[in-house]
Amino acid sequence: MIELVAGKYNYWIYIVLMMIGFYAMIAKENLIKKVIGINIFQAAVFLFYVSMAKVTGGTAPIEWHEAHVYDNPLPHALMLTGIVVSVSTTAVALALIIRIYGAYGTMEEDRILEINEGRDMGDTL
Amino acid sequence: MALDLILLIIIVICAFAAVQMRDLLSAALVLGACSLIMAVIWTRLNAVDVAFTEASVGAGITTVLMIAALSRTRRGEEGGEERDMGWVHDGAANKRFIFRHIAMLIVVLVTMGVLIYGTMDMPDFGDPDAPAHTHVARRYIEKSREETGVKNFVTAVLVSYRGYDTLGETTVIFTAGIAVVLLLRKQRR
Repeated sequence: MIELVAGKYNYWIYIVLMMIGFYAMIAKENLIKKVIGINIFQAAVFLFYVSMAKVTGGTAPIEWHEAHVYDNPLPHALMLTGIVVSVSTTAVALALIIRIYGAYGTMEEDRILEINEGRDMGDTL
Repeated sequence: MALDLILLIIIVICAFAAVQMRDLLSAALVLGACSLIMAVIWTRLNAVDVAFTEASVGAGITTVLMIAALSRTRRGEEGGEERDMGWVHDGAANKRFIFRHIAMLIVVLVTMGVLIYGTMDMPDFGDPDAPAHTHVARRYIEKSREETGVKNFVTAVLVSYRGYDTLGETTVIFTAGIAVVLLLRKQRR
């Protein structure tokens, strides 16, 4: 049991972090909060991958004459790409939020839906 | 190990605070702090390239983008107090609100349970025989010096072995840049 916790506790913390982001994405009405949730979710995924790259006793994956074991460089390279892509998606999401705020005067999801319903009813009347 | 655990717990607390804060500017700044602590964790995990990128791009540019977006919208979360007042005035709407949040909490907890169940089959942290280390990674470490001439294996993988990934990444950044420019240009007219 102790071995199980010692070997896996870091994965569980990443899962808790991911679920905080997930909850923000589905439960928060504010669109900025949803973007923050996406960012936290992505950070948890990056942590998960990079921790898989760790080898006990390994050094940073840069050639060094005293090193015997290196950490796995592949997840690091993949997550470098991932971080940059996550910033790109954040930028597009925030630009969309600015446009939505300009059109509706609010960035609360429930208010936007209310306004949309009102517009539909106005059209039918 | 104790230090790593403390850093991870600080990150979880920061993330929770960023999600729960009513003031969006504070939430954006706490998220930036969260990213910066993440850079420290990545240094602890020997992922120095990732740490650099996180500190500059994750903690820097994301925070700047958030603040720029908040400066063109509004700083506070709307309707917090009104919803609290709805507790007294509109019983039905309030009940719906609580029911929705309980349903979402159940979804989150079930997902968490499934993911934790999934980690039971994962190799332990730092296991040298994990499948991730036994396939291509070994070749990258042993051969990249003579095949690419780069001392940093991460750079060798990024720009040589998986150069097409990086090309795809720059395509994504380019597309995102065009999308942002197009979205924000129309507003000014």
